[in-house]
Amino acid sequence: MTTVLSAENVVKRYGSFTALDGVSFALEKGQTLGVVGESGSGKSTLGRIVMRLMTLDEGTVFLGEDDLFALSRADLRVARRRIQLVPQDPRHALNPAMTVKDNLFFQLRAQGIARSTWNAKAEELLGQVSLPADYLHAYPHELSGGQAQRVAIARAIANKPEVLVCDEAVSALDKSVQAQVLNTFAELQSSLGVAMFFISHDLAVVEHISDDVLVLNRGTAVESGKTRDVLSNPQDPYTRELLEARHSVSAV
Amino acid sequence: MTSTETLTPNGAQLPPEVLVLDATSVSVAFRGKGAKFNTVVDSVGLGLEQSQVTVLLGESGSGKTVFARSITGMAPRGARVTGSASFGGLNLLDLSARELRKVQGDRIGMVPQDPNASLDPMRRVGGQIIETLMQHGKAANKTAARARMLELLELVHIREPERVAHCYPHEVSGGMRQRIAIAIAICCDPELVVADEPSSALDASVGVRVVQLLDSLRDRLNTAILFITHDIGIAALIASKPNDRVAVMLGGRIVELGFAHQVLRNPRHPYTRALLAAEPSADVARGSLAVVPDEVRTERNWGPLLEVEPGHAVASLIEDTIDTKGGVA
Repeated sequence: MTTVLSAENVVKRYGSFTALDGVSFALEKGQTLGVVGESGSGKSTLGRIVMRLMTLDEGTVFLGEDDLFALSRADLRVARRRIQLVPQDPRHALNPAMTVKDNLFFQLRAQGIARSTWNAKAEELLGQVSLPADYLHAYPHELSGGQAQRVAIARAIANKPEVLVCDEAVSALDKSVQAQVLNTFAELQSSLGVAMFFISHDLAVVEHISDDVLVLNRGTAVESGKTRDVLSNPQDPYTRELLEARHSVSAV
Repeated sequence: MTSTETLTPNGAQLPPEVLVLDATSVSVAFRGKGAKFNTVVDSVGLGLEQSQVTVLLGESGSGKTVFARSITGMAPRGARVTGSASFGGLNLLDLSARELRKVQGDRIGMVPQDPNASLDPMRRVGGQIIETLMQHGKAANKTAARARMLELLELVHIREPERVAHCYPHEVSGGMRQRIAIAIAICCDPELVVADEPSSALDASVGVRVVQLLDSLRDRLNTAILFITHDIGIAALIASKPNDRVAVMLGGRIVELGFAHQVLRNPRHPYTRALLAAEPSADVARGSLAVVPDEVRTERNWGPLLEVEPGHAVASLIEDTIDTKGGVA
């Protein structure tokens, strides 16, 4: 298996506060790594660092073979096409003044895709996230939360990235549409072979979608491994505490 | 209390004095374009009993918050509310703002979703609780109010009440802020506590503890709790007693109402069933989660609640030929 995204000993400090304290992980091609932890655990900071949207203080991140923090500006721009973000709240992440089509075109231009193919490509992308082509003419405010999130996913997969960074990508959705979006992620993964760095506080979602899991507590990776092993037999007290909250919640 | 008696959606079969709050055929509409009104709550009835939890379970836009606020006299500005909400002989929908002030905060406590928005950031925690106590005449003087305030903080499991009372809201954690909001909600021994998604702004483990706290308080205080949530797990957690009920809201109506174990274990309404089936879990293969069909989610032609077993009522789909204006009468 090939590693598409990995981090080695990442340290991030905000002044005297250490947000991430030596976190390492490896994400294989076509796999999903669930990153769990409560607010303040550093999971979003890690998500931003692996996309180099933020600098780090020690350690580094590899996107495939490339050391993300050693790349020149021009190389970084090209490398970024291989790693895409699916944000938490799609209605804020899509340009509200642009139609769905223009939102997608914007991305296609950034990805350096030939203009002549944009129309066909935009339709194809919507198809991949199970939205009818009619939605090309809609503005983001006309979409429901689930639809907007699928447009954000369509935008993210425009140039077949190797990695999707999903930062609480289904947390803002109603339960009834959450299932649809989770299914969309799974279908894309099997058809495109994209790997997912899936940040979530919801253990039920992570348990469903991830192959591996990384548990963060106050900036430290307290536990990691195969999702099934970690969640069925947690070694760390913090993981156990997280699981307890979920178990009492799911004890219908 | 036998289950059949507590059944009816509007509590009509119960003698009124048993019900803390009895809402009957409440409709809420907002003015849309021109003279058109958009109905967001459509003729809904619900009865709330002492030391019983009633969960309003629904997704965004189902009308759960608007309904709960309307029946406690806190309808959003611009809402047109019809029906009645009888609370200890008063119809909360008819009261003036002045009369309502005597009820709200005193006999009805509110636990907000986001405690950051409800606590005054410029004033110390203790002072805010004391203010509520004095305002409603629950303490003879400042000293008594202060003692009661510390008692309340202890009641909501705050370990160092003296220290926390001196803190500003931003100096304590989110879970603690929510506990303080709960302390304010219960400080006047209310007959009813309305909690609107009190755990959804908190981390899961903190949220669970807040919900457990609310659950434990209802026995001590004998209050009825109206608990609003979109989360089935949280609904199951708070509705922990056999007598607790769950009302599932969809498109401004209650489509299923029954005891928690009936609704959550043996749902009869297609929407409730689909919602429960759509819960993600490791047992379902990736990519094949059950999806709530759009035609169920957007269907608005649900009829009145009909009893399917003692205590459990479900709205069935109305064929187009039948008049749909009946509501849950």
